[in-house]
Amino acid sequence: MDDGFEAPYRLEYTYRRSTGAVIGRFLGALRDGRLEGVRTAGGRVLSPPLEYDPESGEDVGAPVDVGPGGVVTTWTWVAAPRPDHPVARPFAWALVRLDGADTAMLHAVDVGGEPGGIRTGLRVRARWRAERTGTIRDLECFVPHDGATPIDVARPTTEVSGPVALLPSPVRLDYTIIAGRHLRTYLSGLAKKRIVGGRCPRCRKVYLPPRGACPTCGVPADHEVEVRDTGTITTFCIIRIPFDAAPFPPPYAAVAVLLDGADMPIFHLVRGIPPEEVRMGMRVRATWVPDAELAPTLASIRWFEPSGEADLPYESIEAHL
Amino acid sequence: MSGIAGRDIAIVAFVELPPVSRDTEREEVELVQPVVSEALARAGLERRDVGFVCSGSCDYLLGRPFSFVAALDGVAPWPPILESHVEMDGAWALYEAWVRLLCGDVDTALVYAYGKSSLGDLPRVLAQQLDPYTLAPLGVDADAIAGLQARALCDAGRATERDVAKVAEGRRVSDGAAAVVLAAGATAERLAKRPAWIRGIDHRIEPHQLGARDLTRSSSTRLAAEHAGAFARRPDVAFLHAGFPHEEIILRDALAIDDAVTRVPSPRADPMIVAGLTRIGHAAATVLDGGADRALAHATSGPCLQQNLVCVLDASREATS
Repeated sequence: MDDGFEAPYRLEYTYRRSTGAVIGRFLGALRDGRLEGVRTAGGRVLSPPLEYDPESGEDVGAPVDVGPGGVVTTWTWVAAPRPDHPVARPFAWALVRLDGADTAMLHAVDVGGEPGGIRTGLRVRARWRAERTGTIRDLECFVPHDGATPIDVARPTTEVSGPVALLPSPVRLDYTIIAGRHLRTYLSGLAKKRIVGGRCPRCRKVYLPPRGACPTCGVPADHEVEVRDTGTITTFCIIRIPFDAAPFPPPYAAVAVLLDGADMPIFHLVRGIPPEEVRMGMRVRATWVPDAELAPTLASIRWFEPSGEADLPYESIEAHL
Repeated sequence: MSGIAGRDIAIVAFVELPPVSRDTEREEVELVQPVVSEALARAGLERRDVGFVCSGSCDYLLGRPFSFVAALDGVAPWPPILESHVEMDGAWALYEAWVRLLCGDVDTALVYAYGKSSLGDLPRVLAQQLDPYTLAPLGVDADAIAGLQARALCDAGRATERDVAKVAEGRRVSDGAAAVVLAAGATAERLAKRPAWIRGIDHRIEPHQLGARDLTRSSSTRLAAEHAGAFARRPDVAFLHAGFPHEEIILRDALAIDDAVTRVPSPRADPMIVAGLTRIGHAAATVLDGGADRALAHATSGPCLQQNLVCVLDASREATS
């Protein structure tokens, strides 16, 4: 896989979700080791609860206790559980209709790891975690129950009670990102100290990197064109606040450079001049890393430095800002 | 159900990329640009002639925020165009375009969708659309949930163990794109010899709690079909959007599709977010090329056929039943 143009990528959001009165109360009951539902105006009991009656769209009414026993209404087998699943050995996902409810709850059923142990109609009971925090995972899973023996009722383990207002709801997804052919052309060039752009065959503009479509013409802008490593600063920003990924101690200047032969600026850094003296229209030249360090990345250009040529007038960069 | 003020709207062109299991060459814009160009060419339209553009895509598939903005270059959005987007299958983008054309101020619309599922873990990406309070924290994924529905249908005697086993094989991930051109009234008749008139289109949704639904029936498909006029006259051909064999059994029942209707099975490679739009596109294509006088298309979204869209296409602009 590793030709340098694929990379692992993780998308992560550290959301916390507000729950609302109905779900917040349900989660609070879970923390107490209890199962609840809500009654609709039509008399049905929904568990897990919804904020609305799916039949009528009306608000739902009073909470009601349900369970702790129930019956499996459908199931599917998980032969290879993942680390984040509720049960470590093979188990079933099932819809469980709790006693006293008219709808079913999706959760795991632990039948000892053997698929023969699960079936539609199986009587089950809740198994609770000892430490509960107000999430659906406080209910560890369901387990088979013969219906004859009384079901243990869990004891609250925290001083906290009442509804759960906020629920940690993190998102973490892993991807393999790819460069695609146009970015690959551009990055490959940088490893050879070449800067390759793409020309639109209609409007003749040269884009860096080449792109799948010219936004003005709608046709691929990928007729390969090598542009020079000299250019003009079109605009800039002086960074004065330090941050973890900063390339230098501040202050330093980040710049947009319109390379000679291109119509779109690239973003980079400028060195060799006090940041206060950086200006629009200033001519610069790329400083490359030593040849042994060249790689398919824009970091092959270490930074830009003033070339010593006279500044260009504003009119010459106006169309490229 | 025709448009307000009698405005009739038709599909005049459809193009799709042949789906591939893993496309390492093309980024989103490179998927979109070719289908958009080809669809407009078939309709005889220039980009500047298009009155409204609407796209369907999902950032979570690619793991890239604002992925749809990158794809927009493919329709040449500069100078600015009238444009919208849905974070859904392209079938729903087509629905928005149909509504927009009913407004009467534009006569043509371009709809496109692209999906690139190969970069991530699709069943886990799809789990992002589950209830964040009671389902997502369990780590249950989309294929497991499909298994619950298959088992329920099997228990009801309407599916076989083989259908259940099909779910365990998992879904086939693929990358692709498609585009459709819509036109109103006389414009449609000018752009196509035999426009595929949208005689009805409607979409409906069911509760997000799986256990609050009858998983063996698709009440939302039935309702959408009634409102789209699908039962007024039997279609010659039907294109159903089913991820698994048991879903097709449920859909045929909801849509009252018997053996007299030619059913086109879901293709092996069925790119997420594009698949629903291709059902409408293929249904339109059979009318456009004279293969059928009346065609039915269905698109679905969400776990276990949660949301469904039904579109009825006819070679006749006037009601004949």
